[in-house]
Amino acid sequence: MAGLEDLYREIILDHYRTPRNRGELDAPAVSAEGHNPLCGDEIRIFVDVQNGIVTDVRFNGSGCSISQSSASMMTSAIKGKPVEQVKAIVKKFKSMMTVDEDESPVDESLNLGDLEALQGVVKFPVRIKCATLGWNTLLDALTTAGQ
Amino acid sequence: MSLDVASIRQDFPVLHRLINDKPLVYLDSANTSQKPQVVIDALANFMSNGYAPINRSAYQLAAEATDLFEGTRTALAKFINAPKAHEVIFTKNATEALNLVIMSWGRANMNAGDTVLLTHMEHHANIVPWHMLVAERGIQLRWVPLTSDGQLDLSNLDSLLQGVKAFSFTSMSNVLGTINPVQQLCAAAHKAGAIAIVDGCQSVPHQPTDVQAWDADFVTFSSHKMCGPSGVGVLWGREELLEALPPFLGGGNMIADVRLDGFTTAELPAKFEAGTPAIAEVIALGAAVNYLENLGMANIRRHEIEMSTYVLNSLTARFGDDITIHGPTNPELRGATFSFAFRGIHPHDLSQVLDQSNVCVRAGHHCAKPLMRILGANATARASFYLYNTQQEADMLADALDSASDIF
Repeated sequence: MAGLEDLYREIILDHYRTPRNRGELDAPAVSAEGHNPLCGDEIRIFVDVQNGIVTDVRFNGSGCSISQSSASMMTSAIKGKPVEQVKAIVKKFKSMMTVDEDESPVDESLNLGDLEALQGVVKFPVRIKCATLGWNTLLDALTTAGQ
Repeated sequence: MSLDVASIRQDFPVLHRLINDKPLVYLDSANTSQKPQVVIDALANFMSNGYAPINRSAYQLAAEATDLFEGTRTALAKFINAPKAHEVIFTKNATEALNLVIMSWGRANMNAGDTVLLTHMEHHANIVPWHMLVAERGIQLRWVPLTSDGQLDLSNLDSLLQGVKAFSFTSMSNVLGTINPVQQLCAAAHKAGAIAIVDGCQSVPHQPTDVQAWDADFVTFSSHKMCGPSGVGVLWGREELLEALPPFLGGGNMIADVRLDGFTTAELPAKFEAGTPAIAEVIALGAAVNYLENLGMANIRRHEIEMSTYVLNSLTARFGDDITIHGPTNPELRGATFSFAFRGIHPHDLSQVLDQSNVCVRAGHHCAKPLMRILGANATARASFYLYNTQQEADMLADALDSASDIF
Protein backbone atom coordinates (compact mmCIF):
# COMPACT_ATOMS: atom_id res chain seq x y z
CA MET A 1 0.00 0.00 0.00
CA ALA A 2 1.18 3.48 -0.85
CA GLY A 3 1.98 5.44 2.30
CA LEU A 4 0.99 9.04 2.92
CA GLU A 5 4.68 9.98 2.93
CA ASP A 6 4.62 9.30 -0.84
CA LEU A 7 1.86 11.88 -1.21
CA TYR A 8 2.54 14.59 1.33
CA ARG A 9 6.24 15.28 0.72
CA GLU A 10 7.70 18.21 2.64
CA ILE A 11 8.18 20.37 -0.45
CA ILE A 12 4.49 19.88 -1.31
CA LEU A 13 3.37 20.90 2.17
CA ASP A 14 5.73 23.87 2.00
CA HIS A 15 4.10 25.15 -1.20
CA TYR A 16 0.68 24.48 0.34
CA ARG A 17 1.45 26.46 3.49
CA THR A 18 3.37 29.19 1.67
CA PRO A 19 2.04 29.38 -1.87
CA ARG A 20 4.19 31.22 -4.44
CA ASN A 21 2.68 33.63 -6.96
CA ARG A 22 -0.67 33.66 -5.27
CA GLY A 23 -2.87 36.55 -6.39
CA GLU A 24 -4.23 38.18 -9.51
CA LEU A 25 -2.91 40.08 -12.53
CA ASP A 26 -4.57 43.03 -14.24
CA ALA A 27 -5.00 43.40 -17.99
CA PRO A 28 -3.34 42.93 -20.40
CA ALA A 29 -2.89 39.63 -18.52
CA VAL A 30 -5.67 37.11 -19.15
CA SER A 31 -7.11 34.38 -16.96
CA ALA A 32 -9.00 31.10 -17.04
CA GLU A 33 -11.00 29.27 -14.41
CA GLY A 34 -10.88 25.57 -13.65
CA HIS A 35 -13.15 23.37 -11.53
CA ASN A 36 -12.82 19.91 -10.14
CA PRO A 37 -16.48 18.85 -10.17
CA LEU A 38 -15.75 15.88 -7.91
CA CYS A 39 -14.58 17.88 -4.94
CA GLY A 40 -15.58 21.47 -5.67
CA ASP A 41 -12.01 22.77 -5.96
CA GLU A 42 -11.79 26.00 -7.92
CA ILE A 43 -8.75 27.70 -9.37
CA ARG A 44 -8.06 30.75 -11.53
CA ILE A 45 -4.79 31.15 -13.39
CA PHE A 46 -3.61 34.56 -14.62
CA VAL A 47 -0.91 34.78 -17.29
CA ASP A 48 0.82 37.75 -18.83
CA VAL A 49 2.38 36.80 -22.16
CA GLN A 50 4.69 39.36 -23.79
CA ASN A 51 6.54 38.59 -27.05
CA GLY A 52 6.05 34.85 -26.60
CA ILE A 53 7.28 34.82 -23.02
CA VAL A 54 5.22 34.16 -19.89
CA THR A 55 6.44 37.24 -18.08
CA ASP A 56 4.16 36.78 -15.07
CA VAL A 57 1.75 34.22 -13.70
CA ARG A 58 -0.48 34.11 -10.62
CA PHE A 59 -3.16 31.83 -9.23
CA ASN A 60 -5.99 32.02 -6.75
CA GLY A 61 -8.92 29.90 -5.67
CA SER A 62 -9.27 27.20 -3.05
CA GLY A 63 -8.59 23.54 -2.92
CA CYS A 64 -6.73 20.70 -1.28
CA SER A 65 -3.00 20.60 -0.56
CA ILE A 66 -2.28 18.75 -3.79
CA SER A 67 -4.14 21.11 -6.13
CA GLN A 68 -2.80 24.22 -4.40
CA SER A 69 0.81 23.11 -4.09
CA SER A 70 0.83 21.82 -7.66
CA ALA A 71 -0.40 25.20 -8.91
CA SER A 72 2.15 27.01 -6.76
CA MET A 73 5.05 24.88 -8.04
CA MET A 74 3.76 25.25 -11.58
CA THR A 75 3.87 29.05 -11.42
CA SER A 76 7.44 28.93 -10.09
CA ALA A 77 8.46 26.56 -12.88
CA ILE A 78 7.05 28.54 -15.80
CA LYS A 79 7.51 32.19 -14.86
CA GLY A 80 9.78 33.98 -17.31
CA LYS A 81 9.92 31.08 -19.75
CA PRO A 82 8.99 31.10 -23.45
CA VAL A 83 5.51 29.74 -24.18
CA GLU A 84 6.92 26.83 -26.18
CA GLN A 85 9.03 25.74 -23.23
CA VAL A 86 6.07 26.19 -20.87
CA LYS A 87 4.01 23.88 -23.05
CA ALA A 88 6.81 21.33 -23.00
CA ILE A 89 6.86 21.50 -19.19
CA VAL A 90 3.09 21.03 -19.08
CA LYS A 91 3.44 18.02 -21.34
CA LYS A 92 6.21 16.52 -19.24
CA PHE A 93 4.20 17.06 -16.05
CA LYS A 94 1.03 15.54 -17.48
CA SER A 95 3.08 12.62 -18.73
CA MET A 96 4.42 12.12 -15.18
CA MET A 97 0.78 12.20 -13.99
CA THR A 98 -0.06 9.53 -16.65
CA VAL A 99 -2.60 11.84 -18.30
CA ASP A 100 -0.65 13.07 -21.33
CA GLU A 101 -3.10 12.51 -24.16
CA ASP A 102 -1.42 13.58 -27.39
CA GLU A 103 1.21 11.38 -28.94
CA SER A 104 3.99 13.86 -29.60
CA PRO A 105 7.19 12.96 -27.76
CA VAL A 106 7.90 14.21 -24.26
CA ASP A 107 11.10 16.22 -23.88
CA GLU A 108 12.95 13.92 -21.49
CA SER A 109 15.80 16.41 -21.06
CA LEU A 110 13.49 18.82 -19.18
CA ASN A 111 14.13 18.92 -15.46
CA LEU A 112 10.89 19.38 -13.49
CA GLY A 113 12.79 20.21 -10.31
CA ASP A 114 10.55 20.46 -7.25
CA LEU A 115 7.61 19.23 -9.30
CA GLU A 116 9.13 15.74 -9.25
CA ALA A 117 7.88 15.59 -5.66
CA LEU A 118 4.35 15.24 -7.03
CA GLN A 119 5.25 11.91 -8.62
CA GLY A 120 3.80 10.11 -5.60
CA VAL A 121 0.33 11.39 -6.51
CA VAL A 122 0.18 8.75 -9.24
CA LYS A 123 -0.09 6.11 -6.51
CA PHE A 124 -3.35 7.78 -5.43
CA PRO A 125 -5.27 7.87 -8.72
CA VAL A 126 -8.22 9.86 -7.32
CA ARG A 127 -5.82 12.72 -6.60
CA ILE A 128 -4.36 12.99 -10.12
CA LYS A 129 -7.20 15.36 -11.05
CA CYS A 130 -6.24 17.55 -8.07
CA ALA A 131 -2.61 17.74 -9.23
CA THR A 132 -3.50 18.55 -12.85
CA LEU A 133 -6.28 21.09 -12.20
CA GLY A 134 -3.98 24.12 -12.32
CA TRP A 135 -2.12 22.79 -15.35
CA ASN A 136 -5.20 22.27 -17.48
CA THR A 137 -6.40 25.70 -16.43
CA LEU A 138 -3.02 27.16 -17.44
CA LEU A 139 -3.47 25.70 -20.93
CA ASP A 140 -6.91 27.34 -21.11
CA ALA A 141 -5.40 30.65 -20.03
CA LEU A 142 -2.67 30.38 -22.67
CA THR A 143 -5.35 29.70 -25.29
CA THR A 144 -7.18 32.81 -24.13
CA ALA A 145 -3.90 34.70 -24.50
CA GLY A 146 -3.84 33.59 -28.12
CA GLN A 147 -1.04 31.11 -27.58
CA MET B 1 -36.52 -2.30 21.38
CA SER B 2 -32.90 -1.39 20.85
CA LEU B 3 -30.96 -2.74 17.89
CA ASP B 4 -28.55 -5.59 18.39
CA VAL B 5 -25.84 -3.95 16.34
CA ALA B 6 -23.30 -6.75 16.92
CA SER B 7 -25.77 -9.19 15.42
CA ILE B 8 -26.64 -6.82 12.57
CA ARG B 9 -22.97 -6.51 11.70
CA GLN B 10 -22.85 -10.28 11.24
CA ASP B 11 -25.38 -9.83 8.42
CA PHE B 12 -23.08 -7.57 6.36
CA PRO B 13 -20.16 -9.53 4.88
CA VAL B 14 -18.14 -6.50 3.79
CA LEU B 15 -17.95 -5.22 7.37
CA HIS B 16 -15.70 -8.18 8.15
CA ARG B 17 -13.24 -7.37 5.44
CA LEU B 18 -9.76 -6.36 6.56
CA ILE B 19 -7.90 -3.86 4.39
CA ASN B 20 -4.18 -3.83 5.09
CA ASP B 21 -4.91 -5.97 8.16
CA LYS B 22 -7.18 -3.35 9.67
CA PRO B 23 -10.98 -3.39 9.95
CA LEU B 24 -13.18 -1.34 7.68
CA VAL B 25 -14.92 1.66 9.27
CA TYR B 26 -17.66 2.47 6.79
CA LEU B 27 -19.07 5.94 7.46
CA ASP B 28 -20.46 6.76 4.02
CA SER B 29 -23.98 5.34 4.12
CA ALA B 30 -25.59 8.67 3.21
CA ASN B 31 -23.77 8.15 -0.05
CA THR B 32 -24.63 4.48 -0.45
CA SER B 33 -25.31 1.75 2.10
CA GLN B 34 -23.73 -1.67 2.47
CA LYS B 35 -25.75 -4.83 1.71
CA PRO B 36 -26.83 -7.61 4.08
CA GLN B 37 -26.40 -11.25 3.10
CA VAL B 38 -30.17 -11.69 2.54
CA VAL B 39 -30.06 -9.05 -0.23
CA ILE B 40 -26.96 -10.59 -1.79
CA ASP B 41 -28.63 -14.01 -1.63
CA ALA B 42 -31.85 -12.72 -3.18
CA LEU B 43 -29.88 -11.23 -6.05
CA ALA B 44 -27.72 -14.32 -6.57
CA ASN B 45 -30.61 -16.74 -6.12
CA PHE B 46 -32.77 -15.01 -8.70
CA MET B 47 -29.86 -14.78 -11.14
CA SER B 48 -29.02 -18.46 -10.54
CA ASN B 49 -32.44 -20.04 -10.37
CA GLY B 50 -35.18 -17.66 -11.37
CA TYR B 51 -34.03 -15.20 -13.99
CA ALA B 52 -36.70 -14.46 -16.61
CA PRO B 53 -38.50 -11.50 -18.18
CA ILE B 54 -41.45 -9.98 -16.38
CA ASN B 55 -44.95 -9.03 -17.55
CA ARG B 56 -44.78 -10.54 -21.00
CA SER B 57 -44.32 -14.28 -21.14
CA ALA B 58 -46.64 -17.19 -20.28
CA TYR B 59 -44.15 -19.75 -19.02
CA GLN B 60 -43.85 -20.56 -15.34
CA LEU B 61 -40.35 -19.12 -14.92
CA ALA B 62 -41.55 -15.73 -16.20
CA ALA B 63 -44.67 -15.85 -14.06
CA GLU B 64 -42.54 -16.51 -10.96
CA ALA B 65 -40.24 -13.61 -11.85
CA THR B 66 -43.23 -11.30 -12.31
CA ASP B 67 -44.62 -12.34 -8.93
CA LEU B 68 -41.30 -11.66 -7.20
CA PHE B 69 -40.96 -8.30 -8.93
CA GLU B 70 -44.49 -7.23 -8.03
CA GLY B 71 -43.89 -8.54 -4.52
CA THR B 72 -41.32 -5.77 -4.02
CA ARG B 73 -43.85 -3.19 -5.17
CA THR B 74 -46.39 -4.48 -2.64
CA ALA B 75 -43.76 -4.57 0.13
CA LEU B 76 -42.66 -1.00 -0.66
CA ALA B 77 -46.25 0.26 -0.62
CA LYS B 78 -46.64 -1.18 2.88
CA PHE B 79 -43.20 0.16 3.90
CA ILE B 80 -44.20 3.77 3.14
CA ASN B 81 -47.91 3.27 3.87
CA ALA B 82 -49.00 4.00 0.31
CA PRO B 83 -52.73 3.43 -0.26
CA LYS B 84 -52.18 1.43 -3.45
CA ALA B 85 -49.28 -0.66 -4.74
CA HIS B 86 -49.68 0.63 -8.31
CA GLU B 87 -48.81 4.11 -7.04
CA VAL B 88 -45.25 2.82 -6.58
CA ILE B 89 -43.17 3.34 -9.73
CA PHE B 90 -39.71 1.88 -10.31
CA THR B 91 -37.11 4.09 -11.97
CA LYS B 92 -33.37 3.81 -12.59
CA ASN B 93 -32.52 5.85 -9.49
CA ALA B 94 -33.99 8.57 -7.30
CA THR B 95 -32.61 11.24 -9.63
CA GLU B 96 -34.66 9.77 -12.49
CA ALA B 97 -37.70 9.59 -10.20
CA LEU B 98 -37.37 13.33 -9.47
CA ASN B 99 -36.82 14.09 -13.15
CA LEU B 100 -39.96 12.09 -13.97
CA VAL B 101 -42.10 14.19 -11.64
CA ILE B 102 -40.48 17.52 -12.46
CA MET B 103 -40.52 17.04 -16.22
CA SER B 104 -43.90 15.29 -16.58
CA TRP B 105 -45.79 17.29 -14.00
CA GLY B 106 -43.90 20.50 -14.75
CA ARG B 107 -44.44 20.39 -18.51
CA ALA B 108 -48.13 19.61 -18.03
CA ASN B 109 -48.74 22.26 -15.38
CA MET B 110 -46.16 25.04 -15.54
CA ASN B 111 -45.76 27.89 -17.96
CA ALA B 112 -43.81 31.16 -18.14
CA GLY B 113 -44.03 33.07 -14.88
CA ASP B 114 -45.23 30.10 -12.79
CA THR B 115 -43.24 29.62 -9.61
CA VAL B 116 -41.70 26.65 -7.78
CA LEU B 117 -40.52 26.86 -4.19
CA LEU B 118 -37.31 24.98 -3.32
CA THR B 119 -34.99 25.19 -0.31
CA HIS B 120 -31.34 26.10 0.09
CA MET B 121 -30.54 22.58 1.30
CA GLU B 122 -31.58 20.69 -1.84
CA HIS B 123 -29.49 18.08 -3.66
CA HIS B 124 -28.65 18.91 -7.28
CA ALA B 125 -31.25 16.32 -8.33
CA ASN B 126 -33.96 18.62 -6.96
CA ILE B 127 -32.39 21.76 -8.45
CA VAL B 128 -31.01 21.06 -11.91
CA PRO B 129 -34.22 19.60 -13.45
CA TRP B 130 -36.02 22.75 -12.28
CA HIS B 131 -33.29 24.89 -13.85
CA MET B 132 -33.92 22.94 -17.05
CA LEU B 133 -37.61 23.87 -16.82
CA VAL B 134 -36.59 27.48 -16.26
CA ALA B 135 -34.73 27.34 -19.57
CA GLU B 136 -37.51 25.43 -21.32
CA ARG B 137 -40.58 27.17 -19.91
CA GLY B 138 -39.48 30.40 -18.30
CA ILE B 139 -40.72 29.31 -14.87
CA GLN B 140 -39.37 31.00 -11.74
CA LEU B 141 -37.62 29.54 -8.72
CA ARG B 142 -38.01 30.76 -5.15
CA TRP B 143 -36.01 29.49 -2.20
CA VAL B 144 -36.62 28.83 1.50
CA PRO B 145 -33.49 30.07 3.35
CA LEU B 146 -31.80 28.42 6.32
CA THR B 147 -31.35 29.36 9.95
CA SER B 148 -27.85 29.62 11.42
CA ASP B 149 -28.07 26.05 12.80
CA GLY B 150 -28.99 24.59 9.42
CA GLN B 151 -32.73 24.26 9.67
CA LEU B 152 -35.27 25.64 7.23
CA ASP B 153 -36.18 29.19 8.13
CA LEU B 154 -39.97 28.90 8.01
CA SER B 155 -40.72 32.35 9.41
CA ASN B 156 -41.90 33.60 6.00
CA LEU B 157 -43.10 30.30 4.57
CA ASP B 158 -46.66 31.41 3.91
CA SER B 159 -45.57 34.47 1.96
CA LEU B 160 -42.93 32.45 0.08
CA LEU B 161 -45.67 30.00 -0.90
CA GLN B 162 -47.96 32.68 -2.30
CA GLY B 163 -48.76 31.94 -5.93
CA VAL B 164 -46.49 28.89 -5.94
CA LYS B 165 -47.56 25.84 -7.96
CA ALA B 166 -45.19 23.29 -6.44
CA PHE B 167 -43.11 23.08 -3.26
CA SER B 168 -40.30 20.59 -3.76
CA PHE B 169 -38.07 19.83 -0.78
CA THR B 170 -35.92 17.21 0.88
CA SER B 171 -37.14 15.32 3.94
CA MET B 172 -33.56 15.31 5.28
CA SER B 173 -30.48 17.22 4.18
CA ASN B 174 -27.68 15.01 2.84
CA VAL B 175 -25.17 17.61 4.06
CA LEU B 176 -26.55 19.04 7.31
CA GLY B 177 -28.43 15.98 8.51
CA THR B 178 -31.42 18.24 9.23
CA ILE B 179 -34.75 16.39 9.31
CA ASN B 180 -37.46 18.65 7.94
CA PRO B 181 -41.06 18.85 9.27
CA VAL B 182 -42.49 17.20 6.14
CA GLN B 183 -46.07 17.04 7.38
CA GLN B 184 -46.08 20.75 8.23
CA LEU B 185 -44.49 21.66 4.89
CA CYS B 186 -47.00 19.60 2.90
CA ALA B 187 -49.88 21.21 4.79
CA ALA B 188 -48.51 24.69 4.11
CA ALA B 189 -48.08 23.87 0.41
CA HIS B 190 -51.63 22.59 0.11
CA LYS B 191 -53.04 25.59 1.94
CA ALA B 192 -51.36 27.77 -0.69
CA GLY B 193 -52.74 25.63 -3.52
CA ALA B 194 -49.36 24.06 -4.37
CA ILE B 195 -48.47 20.39 -4.68
CA ALA B 196 -45.80 18.94 -2.36
CA ILE B 197 -42.91 16.93 -3.81
CA VAL B 198 -40.69 15.24 -1.21
CA ASP B 199 -37.14 14.04 -1.93
CA GLY B 200 -37.07 11.20 0.61
CA CYS B 201 -33.64 9.77 -0.25
CA GLN B 202 -31.98 10.53 3.07
CA SER B 203 -34.84 9.85 5.48
CA VAL B 204 -36.67 6.82 4.05
CA PRO B 205 -33.78 4.39 4.84
CA HIS B 206 -33.47 5.69 8.41
CA GLN B 207 -36.90 6.21 9.97
CA PRO B 208 -40.55 5.19 9.53
CA THR B 209 -42.17 6.74 6.47
CA ASP B 210 -45.91 7.33 6.13
CA VAL B 211 -46.76 9.14 2.91
CA GLN B 212 -50.40 9.44 3.97
CA ALA B 213 -49.53 10.99 7.33
CA TRP B 214 -47.20 13.36 5.46
CA ASP B 215 -50.06 14.10 3.05
CA ALA B 216 -47.42 14.42 0.29
CA ASP B 217 -48.23 14.34 -3.42
CA PHE B 218 -45.01 12.77 -4.72
CA VAL B 219 -42.17 11.09 -2.80
CA THR B 220 -38.92 9.82 -4.28
CA PHE B 221 -36.17 7.63 -2.80
CA SER B 222 -33.48 5.15 -3.78
CA SER B 223 -32.86 1.45 -3.20
CA HIS B 224 -29.12 1.64 -2.75
CA LYS B 225 -29.25 3.85 0.34
CA MET B 226 -31.60 1.40 2.12
CA CYS B 227 -29.53 -1.79 1.90
CA GLY B 228 -30.84 -2.65 -1.58
CA PRO B 229 -28.90 -2.82 -4.86
CA SER B 230 -28.05 0.21 -6.98
CA GLY B 231 -29.92 0.71 -10.25
CA VAL B 232 -33.37 1.17 -8.70
CA GLY B 233 -35.15 4.34 -7.67
CA VAL B 234 -38.69 4.67 -6.42
CA LEU B 235 -41.39 7.22 -7.08
CA TRP B 236 -44.59 7.18 -5.12
CA GLY B 237 -47.39 9.49 -6.26
CA ARG B 238 -51.05 9.99 -5.51
CA GLU B 239 -53.08 7.85 -7.90
CA GLU B 240 -55.11 10.72 -9.34
CA LEU B 241 -51.96 12.79 -10.00
CA LEU B 242 -50.13 9.88 -11.63
CA GLU B 243 -53.23 9.17 -13.77
CA ALA B 244 -53.25 12.77 -14.97
CA LEU B 245 -49.49 12.90 -15.65
CA PRO B 246 -48.22 12.46 -19.21
CA PRO B 247 -45.68 9.63 -19.60
CA PHE B 248 -41.99 10.45 -19.15
CA LEU B 249 -40.08 7.82 -21.15
CA GLY B 250 -41.68 6.14 -24.15
CA GLY B 251 -41.11 2.58 -25.32
CA GLY B 252 -41.99 -0.99 -24.50
CA ASN B 253 -44.15 -1.92 -21.51
CA MET B 254 -45.62 1.57 -21.05
CA ILE B 255 -48.21 1.33 -23.84
CA ALA B 256 -51.70 -0.06 -24.25
CA ASP B 257 -51.57 0.31 -28.02
CA VAL B 258 -49.22 1.67 -30.66
CA ARG B 259 -50.39 2.59 -34.13
CA LEU B 260 -48.72 4.30 -37.06
CA ASP B 261 -50.39 7.53 -36.00
CA GLY B 262 -49.84 7.42 -32.26
CA PHE B 263 -50.07 5.45 -29.02
CA THR B 264 -52.12 5.07 -25.87
CA THR B 265 -50.50 4.54 -22.48
CA ALA B 266 -50.75 1.50 -20.25
CA GLU B 267 -52.38 1.64 -16.82
CA LEU B 268 -50.35 2.46 -13.72
CA PRO B 269 -47.65 1.56 -12.88
CA ALA B 270 -46.55 0.33 -16.35
CA LYS B 271 -47.31 3.76 -17.84
CA PHE B 272 -44.12 5.07 -16.19
CA GLU B 273 -41.96 1.96 -16.53
CA ALA B 274 -40.75 1.97 -20.12
CA GLY B 275 -38.34 -0.78 -21.14
CA THR B 276 -36.93 -3.70 -19.20
CA PRO B 277 -36.36 -2.65 -15.60
CA ALA B 278 -33.61 -3.77 -13.22
CA ILE B 279 -35.50 -7.03 -12.56
CA ALA B 280 -33.04 -8.77 -10.24
CA GLU B 281 -32.24 -5.57 -8.37
CA VAL B 282 -35.89 -4.76 -7.74
CA ILE B 283 -36.43 -8.30 -6.43
CA ALA B 284 -33.41 -7.95 -4.13
CA LEU B 285 -34.76 -4.59 -2.94
CA GLY B 286 -37.75 -6.56 -1.70
CA ALA B 287 -35.37 -8.54 0.53
CA ALA B 288 -33.91 -5.27 1.82
CA VAL B 289 -37.35 -3.91 2.69
CA ASN B 290 -38.14 -7.15 4.50
CA TYR B 291 -34.81 -6.96 6.36
CA LEU B 292 -35.40 -3.38 7.51
CA GLU B 293 -39.00 -4.10 8.55
CA ASN B 294 -37.92 -7.08 10.62
CA LEU B 295 -35.51 -4.84 12.52
CA GLY B 296 -38.12 -2.10 12.78
CA MET B 297 -37.68 1.38 11.32
CA ALA B 298 -38.51 3.00 14.67
CA ASN B 299 -35.70 0.97 16.25
CA ILE B 300 -33.29 2.03 13.51
CA ARG B 301 -34.26 5.66 14.10
CA ARG B 302 -33.69 5.27 17.86
CA HIS B 303 -30.25 3.75 17.23
CA GLU B 304 -29.33 6.68 15.01
CA ILE B 305 -30.48 9.23 17.60
CA GLU B 306 -28.20 7.45 20.09
CA MET B 307 -25.37 7.50 17.53
CA SER B 308 -25.93 11.22 16.85
CA THR B 309 -25.89 11.99 20.56
CA TYR B 310 -22.64 10.08 20.99
CA VAL B 311 -20.93 11.52 17.90
CA LEU B 312 -21.87 15.12 18.71
CA ASN B 313 -20.85 14.82 22.36
CA SER B 314 -17.63 12.87 21.85
CA LEU B 315 -16.26 14.90 18.92
CA THR B 316 -17.10 18.19 20.61
CA ALA B 317 -15.62 17.08 23.94
CA ARG B 318 -12.43 15.87 22.30
CA PHE B 319 -11.80 18.60 19.74
CA GLY B 320 -13.69 21.64 21.03
CA ASP B 321 -13.34 24.58 18.66
CA ASP B 322 -11.06 22.58 16.35
CA ILE B 323 -14.11 20.94 14.84
CA THR B 324 -17.17 22.61 13.32
CA ILE B 325 -20.10 20.26 12.82
CA HIS B 326 -22.78 21.66 10.54
CA GLY B 327 -26.50 21.29 11.15
CA PRO B 328 -28.74 20.99 14.23
CA THR B 329 -27.15 20.19 17.59
CA ASN B 330 -30.32 18.47 18.85
CA PRO B 331 -30.12 14.76 17.85
CA GLU B 332 -33.92 14.59 17.68
CA LEU B 333 -33.90 17.12 14.85
CA ARG B 334 -31.31 15.39 12.70
CA GLY B 335 -30.14 12.15 11.17
CA ALA B 336 -26.70 10.66 11.86
CA THR B 337 -25.05 12.42 8.91
CA PHE B 338 -22.36 14.92 9.90
CA SER B 339 -20.59 17.37 7.63
CA PHE B 340 -17.70 18.99 9.40
CA ALA B 341 -14.63 21.17 9.11
CA PHE B 342 -11.56 20.17 11.10
CA ARG B 343 -8.53 22.29 12.01
CA GLY B 344 -8.54 24.01 8.62
CA ILE B 345 -7.49 20.81 6.86
CA HIS B 346 -9.01 20.51 3.40
CA PRO B 347 -11.68 17.76 3.30
CA HIS B 348 -9.90 15.97 0.46
CA ASP B 349 -6.70 15.79 2.48
CA LEU B 350 -8.67 14.78 5.56
CA SER B 351 -10.40 11.90 3.81
CA GLN B 352 -7.06 10.77 2.40
CA VAL B 353 -5.56 10.59 5.88
CA LEU B 354 -8.67 8.88 7.31
CA ASP B 355 -8.35 6.27 4.58
CA GLN B 356 -5.05 5.19 6.12
CA SER B 357 -7.18 3.95 9.03
CA ASN B 358 -9.81 2.50 6.64
CA VAL B 359 -12.22 5.19 7.83
CA CYS B 360 -14.43 5.83 4.79
CA VAL B 361 -15.94 9.31 4.64
CA ARG B 362 -17.09 11.46 1.76
CA ALA B 363 -15.22 14.65 0.91
CA GLY B 364 -16.63 17.15 -1.52
CA HIS B 365 -19.67 19.27 -2.25
CA HIS B 366 -22.14 16.39 -1.82
CA CYS B 367 -24.07 17.43 -4.94
CA ALA B 368 -25.31 20.48 -3.05
CA LYS B 369 -23.17 23.36 -4.34
CA PRO B 370 -25.70 26.12 -3.56
CA LEU B 371 -25.71 24.98 0.08
CA MET B 372 -21.89 24.77 0.09
CA ARG B 373 -21.72 28.41 -1.01
CA ILE B 374 -24.08 29.36 1.83
CA LEU B 375 -21.85 27.47 4.28
CA GLY B 376 -18.91 29.37 2.83
CA ALA B 377 -17.08 26.19 1.87
CA ASN B 378 -16.05 24.57 -1.39
CA ALA B 379 -16.28 21.21 0.27
CA THR B 380 -16.84 19.47 3.58
CA ALA B 381 -15.93 16.08 4.96
CA ARG B 382 -18.99 14.01 5.82
CA ALA B 383 -19.28 11.02 8.12
CA SER B 384 -22.64 9.25 7.97
CA PHE B 385 -23.79 6.45 10.25
CA TYR B 386 -26.36 3.71 9.71
CA LEU B 387 -27.84 0.74 11.50
CA TYR B 388 -24.57 -1.23 11.44
CA ASN B 389 -22.33 1.51 12.89
CA THR B 390 -21.07 1.54 16.46
CA GLN B 391 -19.84 4.06 19.00
CA GLN B 392 -16.46 2.35 18.76
CA GLU B 393 -16.37 3.35 15.09
CA ALA B 394 -17.11 6.95 16.05
CA ASP B 395 -14.06 6.74 18.32
CA MET B 396 -11.97 5.36 15.46
CA LEU B 397 -13.04 8.33 13.36
CA ALA B 398 -11.89 10.66 16.15
CA ASP B 399 -8.54 8.86 16.48
CA ALA B 400 -8.00 9.07 12.73
CA LEU B 401 -8.85 12.79 12.75
CA ASP B 402 -6.20 13.33 15.40
CA SER B 403 -3.60 11.64 13.21
CA ALA B 404 -4.35 14.14 10.41
CA SER B 405 -3.00 16.93 12.58
CA ASP B 406 0.39 15.25 12.58
CA ILE B 407 0.74 15.92 8.86
CA PHE B 408 -0.88 19.30 8.32
